[in-house]
Amino acid sequence: MFPTPIEKTPRSWQLTYQSLLPVALIMWLLPLIAVAVFSIKPAVDFTQGNYWGLPSSFEMFNNYGQVFFNSDMPRYMLNSVLITVPTVIGAVTLSCLAGFALGIYKFKSNIWVFFMFVAGNFVPFQILMVPVRDLTLDMGLYNTKTGLVLFHVAFQTGFCTLFMRNFIRALPYELVEAARVEGIAEWKIFWYVVIPLMKPAIAALAVLIFTFIWNDYFWAVVLTQGPESQPVTAGITSFNAQFRAAYHLMSAGSIVAALPPVLMFFLMQKHFIAGLTLGAVK
Amino acid sequence: MTTAPAVPTTTAQPRGWYKRNEIAVTPWLFLAPAILFFAFYVIWPIYQSIVISFYDWDGLGEARFIGMDNYVELMDDGAFEVSLWNNLKWLLFYLLAIPGGLFIALFLNQTVTGIRIYKSLFFFPFVLSQVVVGLVFSWFYLPNEGLLNGVLGLVGLGPVNVLGDPTMATYGIIAAGLWPQTAYCMILYLTGLNAVDPEQIEAGRLDGAKGWRMLWFIIIPQLKPATFIAFVVTIIGALRSFDLISIMTNGGPFGQTRVLSFYMFEKALSEYGFRMGYGAAIAVVLFLIMLVFIAYFLWSMWKEEKGR
Repeated sequence: MFPTPIEKTPRSWQLTYQSLLPVALIMWLLPLIAVAVFSIKPAVDFTQGNYWGLPSSFEMFNNYGQVFFNSDMPRYMLNSVLITVPTVIGAVTLSCLAGFALGIYKFKSNIWVFFMFVAGNFVPFQILMVPVRDLTLDMGLYNTKTGLVLFHVAFQTGFCTLFMRNFIRALPYELVEAARVEGIAEWKIFWYVVIPLMKPAIAALAVLIFTFIWNDYFWAVVLTQGPESQPVTAGITSFNAQFRAAYHLMSAGSIVAALPPVLMFFLMQKHFIAGLTLGAVK
Repeated sequence: MTTAPAVPTTTAQPRGWYKRNEIAVTPWLFLAPAILFFAFYVIWPIYQSIVISFYDWDGLGEARFIGMDNYVELMDDGAFEVSLWNNLKWLLFYLLAIPGGLFIALFLNQTVTGIRIYKSLFFFPFVLSQVVVGLVFSWFYLPNEGLLNGVLGLVGLGPVNVLGDPTMATYGIIAAGLWPQTAYCMILYLTGLNAVDPEQIEAGRLDGAKGWRMLWFIIIPQLKPATFIAFVVTIIGALRSFDLISIMTNGGPFGQTRVLSFYMFEKALSEYGFRMGYGAAIAVVLFLIMLVFIAYFLWSMWKEEKGR
């Protein structure tokens, strides 16, 4: 193990390390801690210049209550859910199919189709912006959640296919061959042999895509406007305009907006990290 | 498409055309939905954008072909030049996330009690949306209310208005972007460090390698796959930077924090007018820059595929 395990170092360094850890963490999360403290302060603290001191009164329920009952925030959150969940299902489904095709079968154009997905996934969004917005307008899907979902599914398919294909490549190929010898139809091999083995990859990908889509801002701004279809990332700017300079409410609002992916991460940590670091080791 | 290799079938004789060509046809059936979606929403729009960049078009009326005029105009557009330079700054300084992430990963790669929670909490900024990161940092930088000036005041340094200063603002935004990106690189390296071969470390110790020499000659070469991924995601993140700029400064002060992706959006969609053709031309330039990296990434992947 590198660096030297702490148990094997002098006692003095062990103690230093143990006390350094929380200090480093607090420094690392300082901007966020400041926002969390802001979000439980009363408005009067800001007018009196008590920015970083202890809150003069504990207003957590009041501030968060305002966010939930006195703004469009719940609406934006619901939109985000209605955009994110179908996208996750769509992208994971398409990429399971495509990943199976690219991971199991050997045909000449295999690597080129694969590279098309990989390259498309790296492309800057901006080159897609004008045509995709136009396309969405033409289909009558501008400012609808469906329009956003369809695009997200298509774009995420690039990354998901890369992920699934590499995962399937690492599965024991003998299983597929054995099934073929038994004369099992190809789609049955997919459904009964490969899919059960892909469960960890599906879980990892679902958590990742959930986070990516929930956090998307660019496409939300390009393809939607207004509270009827905007997700929370875009909605928060109108929320902040509504509560201009009310830092306690804006802080509470952004914490609420950030919460679902954070919860997702802490609940599904193992899958999340497995997904992110696939390929980081040989 | 090639003909299928012979498949040993122990069951009945092949029946129809599909049965006979099952191995050749099945992959395309499985690929069809993904390819259709991807071609429709990603591949075709790239081509369309390139075409639009040769037109003068407001997004509604008739498009007028103007050849290279958009690109000629870009050549002496001051705002475009600023954006290009800022993109370069992003590319360079964003890469600091890689050594930063490695440093934190080395710091946390221990087995003391509670280390798992420390690792997740260090990683956690990556899960936040860039919008939230942008808001958090713009409040952190606020001249009066921000914590940064509070801390600077404690050590006797004057208040700075990071986002209001044209020379400092871009660096302020990059610093905000580095926060989640470093967390991402950290998690890649933590995973990589887990897989480092203990025998090689022992062998290195026996040969007297310690500290930096050990890190440089034995550990870092073994972390190559993690470094490659960290490099890919950081470059792409740097060139895609949009959310933070839009949230933190909206391109200001005096347009000094614009990057290509943001300037393109401004030209094509925001209140500065609907110049789709000009916007598309900016996007094409950005795409060409990215293409250099994409080609390199694909080339590395291809080499590895062949090596299998």
